[in-house]
Amino acid sequence: MDMHNYIFAAPEMVLLGLICVVLLADLFVEDDKRIVTFWLTIASLAVTAVTILATGPAERVLVFSGSYVAEPLSNVLKLAATGFVAVAFFYARDYLRVNDIHRGEFYTLGLFGLLGMLIMMSANSLLTMYMGLETLSLSLYALVAIDRNSVTSAEAAMKYFVLGAIASGAMLYGISWVYGVTGSLQFDGIAAAIATDPSVNDVGLWFGLAFLLVGIAFKFGAVPFHMWLPDVYTGSRSAITVYIASAPKLAALALTLRILVDGLGGLQTVWDDMLMVLAVLSLLVGNIVAIAQSNIKRMLAYSTVAHVGFILLAVFTGTEAGYAAALFYTLTYVVAAAGAFGIVILLCRRGFEAESLVDYRGLNERSPWFALMMMFVMFSLAGLPPFIGFFGKLNAINAVVNAGYTELAVIMVLASVIGAYYYLRVIWYMYFEKPEDRAVVVPSADVRVVLSLNGVAVLALGLAPGWLWALCTAVMAVR
Amino acid sequence: MSLATHLLSVLIWLPIIGGIALLLIGDEGDSGSPRAGIMRITALVVSIATFLLSIGLYTGFDSTATGMQFVERYAWIPAISVDYYLGVDGISAPLILLTTFITPLVVIAGWDSIRVRPAQYFAAFLILEGLMVGVFSALDGILFYVFWEFMLVPMFLIIGVWGGDRRIYATLKFFLYTFLGSVLMLVAFIYLYGQAGTFDLLAFADAPLTLAAQKLIFLAFLLAFAVKVPMWPVHTWLPDAHVEAPTGGSVILAAIMLKMGGYGFVRLSLPIVPDGSAYFAGLMIGLSLIAVVYIGLVALMQKDMKKLIAYSSIAHMGFVTLGFFLLWYINGDSGAALGMSGGMVQMVSHGLISGAMFLCVGVLYDRVHSRQIADYGGVANTMPVFAAFMVLFAMANAGLPGTSGFVGEFMVIVASFKANFWIAFLAASTLILGAAYTLWMVKRVVYGEVANDDVAALEDLKGREFLVLGILAAAVLLLGVWPAPLVDMMNVTIEQLLEQVAASKL
Repeated sequence: MDMHNYIFAAPEMVLLGLICVVLLADLFVEDDKRIVTFWLTIASLAVTAVTILATGPAERVLVFSGSYVAEPLSNVLKLAATGFVAVAFFYARDYLRVNDIHRGEFYTLGLFGLLGMLIMMSANSLLTMYMGLETLSLSLYALVAIDRNSVTSAEAAMKYFVLGAIASGAMLYGISWVYGVTGSLQFDGIAAAIATDPSVNDVGLWFGLAFLLVGIAFKFGAVPFHMWLPDVYTGSRSAITVYIASAPKLAALALTLRILVDGLGGLQTVWDDMLMVLAVLSLLVGNIVAIAQSNIKRMLAYSTVAHVGFILLAVFTGTEAGYAAALFYTLTYVVAAAGAFGIVILLCRRGFEAESLVDYRGLNERSPWFALMMMFVMFSLAGLPPFIGFFGKLNAINAVVNAGYTELAVIMVLASVIGAYYYLRVIWYMYFEKPEDRAVVVPSADVRVVLSLNGVAVLALGLAPGWLWALCTAVMAVR
Repeated sequence: MSLATHLLSVLIWLPIIGGIALLLIGDEGDSGSPRAGIMRITALVVSIATFLLSIGLYTGFDSTATGMQFVERYAWIPAISVDYYLGVDGISAPLILLTTFITPLVVIAGWDSIRVRPAQYFAAFLILEGLMVGVFSALDGILFYVFWEFMLVPMFLIIGVWGGDRRIYATLKFFLYTFLGSVLMLVAFIYLYGQAGTFDLLAFADAPLTLAAQKLIFLAFLLAFAVKVPMWPVHTWLPDAHVEAPTGGSVILAAIMLKMGGYGFVRLSLPIVPDGSAYFAGLMIGLSLIAVVYIGLVALMQKDMKKLIAYSSIAHMGFVTLGFFLLWYINGDSGAALGMSGGMVQMVSHGLISGAMFLCVGVLYDRVHSRQIADYGGVANTMPVFAAFMVLFAMANAGLPGTSGFVGEFMVIVASFKANFWIAFLAASTLILGAAYTLWMVKRVVYGEVANDDVAALEDLKGREFLVLGILAAAVLLLGVWPAPLVDMMNVTIEQLLEQVAASKL
């Protein structure tokens, strides 16, 4: 019986074991042979992915006295997170090498971050969730600071750490209130308490909810808790940004769905208004402020804020279709975001960060293929059909309209039009301007393949979005 | 699985795949390289093959049948009942033929005037062609929207990469204007999906809608289509886009992309929200008349030839929208049908004439690199053959009987007489205004003494240019003296549409 229980946490345990292997093995790897660590890491991720596939149950299973949940939703999220971490490692490797920060810690910290994400995706209790969140956050703080010679990295790490600690504190405080009022830490217990005893649904619980929501908004980067995001994205080395910008968004979605839907689903009428305000502010502030940016990482950071608005609005509907749309949106957003930062990394060279928008001038002449990939990614982020980002928006808007909020849908599409401007600006620099710097971009063969697959996926998924949408609705239906 | 049953798919995907192939093979960025020559020939072959295949659409079209023909339907995103659903009727088939007819001409027109990145240039036009055919044949809301929006991308690049000095401003304005216009259409589609349970455009027409909802949906559609047509006061992107676009881009913009707005009114607004359309018909007629009269006056004052033709396009497209929305002011079906088919004929005819006019300007621009009317004068002395073509197209633009420009305008004016004298009076003012701005431009450019050394050094048309203008001239004259094939093609569909519009949804 015990063994039966442990099998559902196999991905996390396998990953933890493999992290220790990578950690130890790396001690014996010389600096110029770091590629060994890289491939060991990729192999670990592959084994983890296989474990998820092999052990992930087809229905909802609670283990460890209800603190842990395994279900199709967590399988999908875990698999995607593992994949995106691998993609981030591919993009990061050459960059780290040429900048002399190709250290084993990068991979082990990245893996530990993934472990935290996997735990969050399977957490069924507020404390498990908090543990996962802290594992992820601490890894990220350290990753941001990995280049110890860089002042901006250190500053970004410090900011991230301080603000993250405050958000974690707020969350813990919210957890204590929810626990105090409902007498349970497990999401099922909390939901049951709200369902059976209406008197629970009162100011005390709402108070706790508000603090939990602060934590969620911070992790996602929703306005007005988005301040860390542009600074951390810009301050981190690009190799770290691609990591932060991709897989952790999936963990943030798990955090949101688990707490708001699984735990506090009975309070939907309370949190939906809060979520709507956060979401609409994110949409508007993210898109408008992004226009003013001349640094592409900062611009993409604000664009993330805007996309978070879409995700939160899909959750806001409180419908199963809305949650499925949020999942679909997050997955597809992460594909495009990983691609965008992949191109940013690609253009960086030793001692040169391709951070300014003007560095993209004439990319079409220097490297037409990667310019095309970047164009795909930008159009996807802008929500232009037939790229996958459009279908994310379509599903989110559809959920919002079906829930009866057509006027919110109008705000969503108008915000997309504002957003289109700054994505178009990247394309304009790449295609309409002459290059200043004629250096040809030559990535390693494997990176070239991964990046091309990423760019083409943005289009291919858009041409055949049906299966992904079916998957998202299916995993939401069995919850 | 025969060609006939998949003809529309072939017409969409053949040029797109051809375009992708050109992109993948790529070029060295130089029009002189042998590779670039292969690119051009490939592009021409693909576009001509597409045109030849599209003739099957005409020969196989049953103009007595109601409903859609050449239907193809496959599930695309079953979860939200989005289908890959194509079909044509008498309204869309002529526009598809117009698209496939114009594209090879554009390819020939860009033959050696495009010096940078010819492969990408031709690829953009081929992909654009497939997307435009897609817009005219899509019968599923999402599929329609995908083609409609993605069409912006090649045009955005065409203007931005190969355009004039202010190309970036113009292309961003073009993109954002049209994007802003169409996103609300998406919201309307999603709302309609909630009512109808499917994204099938034909099923949208059967969905029950309240008057309030119809009004809002009409306004959402109006924004999308009015920007595309373009109607006053959301027309300001067009002169900029036209002026900065390379010749081929201008031709496609004027000849086909503007037609999407008119097509949208007929395909979506009228059948889906008939009561909303009735409610706003007065507004539409008012805006159309403003386009005809006010924009006609604006055209008169232009110093730039391309800008003048751009404004003339807006004025002529005013006739299209006027024709479509007259029907509530006319008693009796024959007048309503006349206005409607007048609008349709005007769309096709304007596609040919405005395309030809832009090509004429392109011929001059390639030689002198100026679009200013003041830089020319007496072109007829050095380019007599060209001058003959230019005068012919100018006459057609002014609506001379015997050219296609006359047919559509005449039908719409007759229909408006049946509605109201004053509408007809204002509409008929185009006969004077159109003649004034077009012929005045021709007078200043073509006639008179040789104005300067540039004009004196002009060489007459090359064979390639002669071919393109000659084909267009033949089409303009043919349609002018014998419009019956075109009108017959759309008759049944228009009658059907009028029945649909007459049946209130309330």
